[in-house]
Amino acid sequence: MWKVFHLLFAILLSTYGWADVEEYDFPTIDPVYSKYEATVIGTLPQVAAKLPKENPLKTESILIFKDRVVPEVFFFDEEMRYSQALQNNKSPLIFLIAGTGASHDGSKNVEMAKAFYNEGFHVVSLSSPTFMNFIVSASKTSVPGHAIQDAEDLYRSMEMIWAQLQEDIEVTDFFITGYSLGGFNTAFITSLDETKQSFNFKKALLINPPVSLYNSTSLLDRMAGNIPGGADNSHQFMNNLLEEVSRVYRDSPSVDMNEEFLFNAYKAVDPNNEELAALVGLSFRVSSASMIYTSDIMTNSGYIVPKNVSVTPNTNLAEYMITAHEIGFTDYFHSFFYPYHKKHSKKMRKGEYIKMMSLYSLEDYLKSSTKIEVIHNQDDIILEPGEIDFFPRVFGNRAKIYPKGGHCGNMSHRDNVAHMLSVFTSEGGK
Amino acid sequence: MIFIMTILNTKKIKTSLRLPLLIIIMLSVSACSTAPKINGDVADIAYFDGARINNTDGQYGPREISDPWEGFNRTMYRFNYRVDKYVFLPVVAGYKAVTPDIVESGIHNFFNNIREISTLYNSVFQLNFTKTYQTTGRFITNTTVGLLGLIDVASYVGIPKHQEDFGQTMGYWGVSGGPYLVLPFLGPSTLRDGVGGFVDSTAIATLRDELDMKPWEEATWSVLDAVDTRANVPFRYYETGSPFEYEMIRGLWLMQRKMQIEK
Repeated sequence: MWKVFHLLFAILLSTYGWADVEEYDFPTIDPVYSKYEATVIGTLPQVAAKLPKENPLKTESILIFKDRVVPEVFFFDEEMRYSQALQNNKSPLIFLIAGTGASHDGSKNVEMAKAFYNEGFHVVSLSSPTFMNFIVSASKTSVPGHAIQDAEDLYRSMEMIWAQLQEDIEVTDFFITGYSLGGFNTAFITSLDETKQSFNFKKALLINPPVSLYNSTSLLDRMAGNIPGGADNSHQFMNNLLEEVSRVYRDSPSVDMNEEFLFNAYKAVDPNNEELAALVGLSFRVSSASMIYTSDIMTNSGYIVPKNVSVTPNTNLAEYMITAHEIGFTDYFHSFFYPYHKKHSKKMRKGEYIKMMSLYSLEDYLKSSTKIEVIHNQDDIILEPGEIDFFPRVFGNRAKIYPKGGHCGNMSHRDNVAHMLSVFTSEGGK
Repeated sequence: MIFIMTILNTKKIKTSLRLPLLIIIMLSVSACSTAPKINGDVADIAYFDGARINNTDGQYGPREISDPWEGFNRTMYRFNYRVDKYVFLPVVAGYKAVTPDIVESGIHNFFNNIREISTLYNSVFQLNFTKTYQTTGRFITNTTVGLLGLIDVASYVGIPKHQEDFGQTMGYWGVSGGPYLVLPFLGPSTLRDGVGGFVDSTAIATLRDELDMKPWEEATWSVLDAVDTRANVPFRYYETGSPFEYEMIRGLWLMQRKMQIEK
């Protein structure tokens, strides 16, 4: 009897927004919560959703541009790679879009795929338009970051994949979701779908998207520059970190670098917020370096590799690699992306591009379209102060804001996964 | 451990000939230039000119690592990608599809148990008492109670597992890695570790000879060993999403070896 009473009480409470906020249990390794640690470490096993262990996704590839001549150095990226997990019977299909620099089989997409596949969805998982393979094989200009063109590129790939799939599977309805930049892409794809209508998405979910791409990438650049001891210290910083990790490995009882080892390494290194922010920034820096260098090779823009120099598959890339890692997203925007698109796409002023590359440019659509929902965190580190308010203001009760989690750190949390699934399975969904 | 060793391990080739043969195979792939092609006499200056950036890049950065055989290594890296794509991965996929999981893990345990032999004598060579007796304990437990190694009883009862090879032994006694070396079929290595791997596989092959197996049994053993090894390495060539994958793998691999030697 008491159990029933408790249950009723819990249900009643959960209908109040504040109760959710109070109840959200998001522990971190360090007893003092940090949004940076949440971002780096993610969800701890004790509060993670229980998902199947096995990854259901199988990798496939498809040729997007028949006439494209891919530079010799990228011979392995002629076709776009994606992955899929298909049900045997007629089911809804969901597309997953990865975040900045991440691939279709990156860990976050795999975790989402497990949840959706387990729930009875066909799953098709795509890389971010900023991922090397996508830039080479599926981006029309190969200069990513353009909100509308990236959406068109993704949409084209999705149409081509579906054209192949529809011979094999039956689909009830189409859905789409993505995290981080993939969430941002999702908004523009859904908007594009209103006119193209190839899928007529029934529901779309944006997970931790940036509001303004320019603001968020500037923040990330600053994190990479804010290395303890100054930007020139980044190698020293990484060396010290690696030495610490080596030391923990030497003393650890197991030869495997498993999860337990990583947690122990984290505890032993005990990084402070400044160092954690630097780590986040550096990890995005690795993504931006790959993206910018790939773009430069694809377009022969003379940005990192001089125009009259061509790298061969055996070329020593040390100098180009070092240079690419010195450049951030903002450098890319000002001295590569903007001049390129001003010349080849639409002649607009910088400010207009920055506005276009933000959810503000879709504000009216996002306000009125009830099919789009959003999951976000109050303390997401890729948002400028106050930017989080955009979501409740524009999405109203279609925005679910968690009090903790940093940037995408709580995506595997049981509450988040349950909410993510409910968006697609409740009324108006599957 | 993988196919080149399989080929070289057949009895037709005398042991004394194997190492020279390996070197000849390697050198026959010409050392290729690692300079970029310039269209004209002088390279233009790129918008972001690397020459202006002159800070050091740490121990595992591309400027600090010794890679005098880079042209050869890069060629081998691409060769391995193709072997992986057209031979290893399809075979592994077929193997996974036809063998029940329990058989797969049995085979994996079996070869892991055989690999304990290398760990055992290398622990002795490194005069490490703890590793020697624990590894002996693991090997005896798994070979007997664990039915010739098919079941990893030792891990179940909590005997710590170690991993030592002859490359690590040489490293332990102060032999430096020498130049980075991408071995055909086997992947990243160094001159030292390539020689070490050769010593270990010869040692295991010599012990195996004592079992008086029929040729087809030896062949099955070698193929299963190779397939099991590949099946348990999740790495896929050119899927890291980095145009600097060669450099990244090189740095990470050398770092990992250093950590293994220090452990």
